[in-house]
Amino acid sequence: MAIEVRIPTILRSYTGGAKSVQGSGSTLAELLVNLDAEHGGLRDRLVDGENLRRFVNVYLNDEDVRFLGGLETPVADGDTVTVLPAVAGGSVSA
Amino acid sequence: MLTIPRECYEKIIAHARADHPDEACGVIAGPAGSDRPERFIPMQNAERSPTFYSFDSQEQLKVWREMDDRDEEAVVIYHSHTATEAYPSRTDVSYASEPQAHYVLVSTRDEAETEFRSYRILDGVVTEEPVQTTE
Repeated sequence: MAIEVRIPTILRSYTGGAKSVQGSGSTLAELLVNLDAEHGGLRDRLVDGENLRRFVNVYLNDEDVRFLGGLETPVADGDTVTVLPAVAGGSVSA
Repeated sequence: MLTIPRECYEKIIAHARADHPDEACGVIAGPAGSDRPERFIPMQNAERSPTFYSFDSQEQLKVWREMDDRDEEAVVIYHSHTATEAYPSRTDVSYASEPQAHYVLVSTRDEAETEFRSYRILDGVVTEEPVQTTE
């Protein structure tokens, strides 16, 4: 089972510089656990406890998984998961 | 040092003025690895707020994919502050995650004069840099 996962520049230190890695799982949650086995520490940059961190956007093919099932979004062979750092900020310190 | 075409510089300022009092935001794309900002891409501020901004996640995917297809990267990521100085806030710093980008802050707090400053933000450290415009 192969799901392509596209990794942004800032997280490529976990993948030995690779911009794309392969993983498996039937949900996004499982996929991230699977990826973390080979790229230790990657999952922790994306997930905080049981939730996706607000600093990252994760997409299944063309859609932000926040509009699908979040970490429970089903994934399948042939899907592409894309990770992008969220771009945000403001004039008031959070 | 940020070297930026005059036209892009003016478009950023015009965008910030047009969206005031909401924060304006966007990207200037350039050839990957070139450090040359060339293509002005204003973005929607999904927060529509005078004190926060965020890129709409779907729009960001579209723009990032397009840059990837064109072998470009985000050379400048800009946003405006509408009542405070053109300096990155703690929130700005905590979100800054494009290591190659120049983070441009514009302030529209003064009606007559727009502040335009640029910074590198790496591992939570802010370093201001000079801005040079070119024809």
